[in-house]
Amino acid sequence: MSDTREMTLEEREATIGGIGTARKRKEDARFIRGQGNYVDDIKLPGMLHGDFVRSSHAHALVKSIDTEAALKVPGVLAVVTAKDLEPLNLHWMPTLAGDMAAVLADKKVHFQNQEIAFVVATDRYAATDGVQLVEVEYEALPPLIDPKTALDPGAPVIRDDVAENEEVGQGKRHHPNHIFEWQVGDEAATDAAFEAADITISEDILYPRCHPSPLETCGCVASMDAVNGKLTVYGTFQAPHVIRTVVSLITGLEESKIRIVSPDIGGGFGNKVGAYPGYICAAAASIVTGHPVKWIESRIDNLTSTAFARDYHMTGELAADKDGKILAVRAKVLADHGAFNTHAQPMKWPAGLFNILTGSYDIPVGHVKVDGVYTNKAPGGVAYRCSFRVTEAAYLIERLVDVLAQKTSVDKAEIRLRNFVQPEQFPYKSSLGWEYDSGDYPTALKKVLAAVDYEGLRREQAEKREKGELMGIGISTFTEIVGAGPVRNCDIVGLGMFDSCEIRVHPTGSVIARLGTKSQGQGHETTFAQIIATELGIPSDNITVEEGDTDTAPYGLGTYGSRSTPVAGAATARAARKIREKAKKIAAHVLEASVDDLEWDVDRFKVTGSDLSITMKAIAMAAYSNVPEDMEHGLETTDYYNPPNFTYPFGAYVCVVEIDRFTGDVKVRRFYALDDCGTRINPMVIDGQIHGGLTEAFGIALGQQIIYDETGNVLGANLMDYFLPTAVETPKWETDFTVTPCPHHPIGAKGIGESPNVGGVPAFTNAIVDAFAHLGVTHMPMPHTQGAVWRTLNELSLNK
Amino acid sequence: MTPGAFEYHRPNTVEEALALIERFGDEGKVLAGGHSLVPMMKLRLAEPAHLIDINAVGGLRGIRGEAGAIVIGAATTQSEILNSGMLLEKCPILPEAAAQIADPQVRNCGTIGGNCANGDPGNDDPAIMMVLDASYVLRGPIGERQVSARKFYQGVYTTALEENELLIEIRIPAPAKGAGMAYRKLKRKVGDYAIAAAAAVLSMSGGRCTDAAIAITNVGDTALFVPAAANALQGTPVDATAIAAAAQAVMAAAEPVEDLRGTVEYRTAMAGQMTRQAIASALSRAVGS
Repeated sequence: MSDTREMTLEEREATIGGIGTARKRKEDARFIRGQGNYVDDIKLPGMLHGDFVRSSHAHALVKSIDTEAALKVPGVLAVVTAKDLEPLNLHWMPTLAGDMAAVLADKKVHFQNQEIAFVVATDRYAATDGVQLVEVEYEALPPLIDPKTALDPGAPVIRDDVAENEEVGQGKRHHPNHIFEWQVGDEAATDAAFEAADITISEDILYPRCHPSPLETCGCVASMDAVNGKLTVYGTFQAPHVIRTVVSLITGLEESKIRIVSPDIGGGFGNKVGAYPGYICAAAASIVTGHPVKWIESRIDNLTSTAFARDYHMTGELAADKDGKILAVRAKVLADHGAFNTHAQPMKWPAGLFNILTGSYDIPVGHVKVDGVYTNKAPGGVAYRCSFRVTEAAYLIERLVDVLAQKTSVDKAEIRLRNFVQPEQFPYKSSLGWEYDSGDYPTALKKVLAAVDYEGLRREQAEKREKGELMGIGISTFTEIVGAGPVRNCDIVGLGMFDSCEIRVHPTGSVIARLGTKSQGQGHETTFAQIIATELGIPSDNITVEEGDTDTAPYGLGTYGSRSTPVAGAATARAARKIREKAKKIAAHVLEASVDDLEWDVDRFKVTGSDLSITMKAIAMAAYSNVPEDMEHGLETTDYYNPPNFTYPFGAYVCVVEIDRFTGDVKVRRFYALDDCGTRINPMVIDGQIHGGLTEAFGIALGQQIIYDETGNVLGANLMDYFLPTAVETPKWETDFTVTPCPHHPIGAKGIGESPNVGGVPAFTNAIVDAFAHLGVTHMPMPHTQGAVWRTLNELSLNK
Repeated sequence: MTPGAFEYHRPNTVEEALALIERFGDEGKVLAGGHSLVPMMKLRLAEPAHLIDINAVGGLRGIRGEAGAIVIGAATTQSEILNSGMLLEKCPILPEAAAQIADPQVRNCGTIGGNCANGDPGNDDPAIMMVLDASYVLRGPIGERQVSARKFYQGVYTTALEENELLIEIRIPAPAKGAGMAYRKLKRKVGDYAIAAAAAVLSMSGGRCTDAAIAITNVGDTALFVPAAANALQGTPVDATAIAAAAQAVMAAAEPVEDLRGTVEYRTAMAGQMTRQAIASALSRAVGS
């Protein structure tokens, strides 16, 4: 029966190209030839273009909007304002965080570049011509820019619409500019531990406001079909199904009359999870005009209005004994969410999963308090290539451990080894409430220390210090919490954060699989095919993976927070296994053998102890022609997977820097990244993810910041000022791995996309601060621009 | 990020170009490489009604040697500067600076004439032209004149170029045999303007500096020629003391503004530091040091 009789076992496995194979991405062929299909490539007959009139003020009343001159521009068809949207109840929209956000400014503007009016025209140029001619009359109000003053008595009230509300979606609040207070841990026991401890350290650490800045900005094409009443929206959506549900809730259209399509997406990094005014305005304009309407953000619009990240003002403390054994952790955080709370994360978690703050360390007790506040800045608080607020937590704990090492004069590697959760402690319950699934932190760190000759580096550093040269060695041994997530913990607008996969095996033995996630460059078409290839014994090349069309894909919560492999990847493996179970019954039927006598062999079932076998390819044909009498035809299934727990990827990074003491220029001499993401599906894709994530981490640490002046002008919102490293600046990355499988995931995988960003940023700061550690420096503010590093050099007179 | 409407003109001769420039006055803009103008137009910071593209104009492109001079056509690209064997041999500071301007895509389009005539203090070539004592050949309706690079720049985007003139070519006196020259630029990343940059040319004889010129980029309203810095080197062995004095003179002349590249204090200090580096490098390249 075998149709690959001539192949050896190794050849059969190679043909399949399944889990563990470093194969090139299926997506590459179209992307590297410029043949991707992004939203701005979509051109529909009669399509119109929209562009926004944006606020020049950070905080002002809108006294009037004069559209007369704009409407005279040839090609301009309409200028939509809040007044036009109000009868449809579309002038405000609910956010994923339970707050409301203005679609178009309703009586006032809350941040610079807020959307005020939407000009619809026959082409993009005319739309911008129209934008220039809309006259907005403002009455300036005092802006509130510094979050530290947001809760002062008498602070300017930013959100008149909710000023009197007792809560804005995330629990009680106590000031018109207050969004939430969130606490976790045992405050009394933590305070007692600090009282009793020999050693305590405290550091004020800002994780500055930065922006995911994907290569492709946000955009959409909304097309209302007046004949069948169906609204199709093509757009840059990391979570198309959630967008469909939200659009339905906002517009009142039935979900069956809404189709959301995410075409190829040029990077998301959290920027493309939420709903933006552009989507609503394009949809409303299409409904009103009967034409498709396209809206594409400019780079400046992207950096100034859609979804920033971080902006966490943190005070972190550790209590320890004289040997550097940590006894307690305490953190107070002021979270600047801008003018509307539009963070995008599981709704029960106003500060995300920040209570992963204990990191890789066995810390007996801890307490965290986070207060969210409004300011006159762009709204957001999204997870920029990290699980929700995990990068802020990892940054804080990795910095604090270094500060403690300096205080106790314990080596920075040694202090980590002394405090690690040990391999035998898993599953490990952290004092801040999580159950870590698996890990082996000492093995990972020791492997890295050996690879970089850590002791040799420390000797070299000592010699350089003698000569007045500045060399720093940074260590980061982070633990992440990803894969949101268990429905008991995680929902978005009430939707549980499960995910899904539907698999259909065609008669000739090829496959289409559809998932509820949406790749934005992660390589899902490649890696999910590899999972199915291994589970079903069908070559990866014959497996098509499709995502992003809500008319065809099963419901899922989308791709962000490294959730695709932990959740949808698990659904994929489980769906494939369901198919294999059915295939086994068909095999038994065809081979006239007992199911119990069959064993799986790479790409076929064989009868134990005989030469009889049938390949999956042959079984597929049988599924459509020769099934047992009591069986339905066909070979397809769907799996909805609700994970029992999050996954906890971890890693050990070492960064070596040299600092020019005259210019403040930081040269990254070596970066060694060991990651443990459990089972490795495609090592080449993993390496690509790590290279990308480390490059973003480098960008964040060395230069990325969205800066506002005291009046609320956003400075430097272009790619000359906002630091996206090019190949010239980017250091060389060395990667390594250990494999500690996830015990609760069907194939043991944990997710990798975000580890390098989460773990990378503290490695850079730790290295730079380490260069100055012998001079008593414990912290330097990020980003470490040349000018910022020079300030330290100058203060210490090292530049003379 | 879409420009306003404009009419596009593509003259074939300098005379045609000058006629269009004259005709459209301040409604017209000359387009060469476009890497300063087009972004400004997309941001609608510039909205010329007429674009006069000089890329088809004959005779504006190329590098040639003349008796005692190097002549570079205004429409010569930075890539051509970077890859010129003649410049590498006779005036290596030009290719050295070109390599520090933006990235290959920009250098393939961006022209030396645009860089010199634009009047943006962030442009790199003005300081180079100052230390080389270059002259700009400007042609207008009534003929040609030459203006020294050291006298050309008047303020941010303000130069001696009249509204009806076109920069035709740049004439550089052949650098003295054995002169050492260097350009040092500190920037945040590829494509960025300088935090500060410095150009240095010096000649040595018998271990003493016989001639020097120093200019700095992006730490003032224009590139700044700093005679006091050169004077600090003249007659000295260009030792640490002399270099420190030259750097001090540069820092006294620098008038940077605070921006995202750094504070006034930092950018001033970096003007000094780049000067130190440029002098040290020029010295190492000079014959007779």
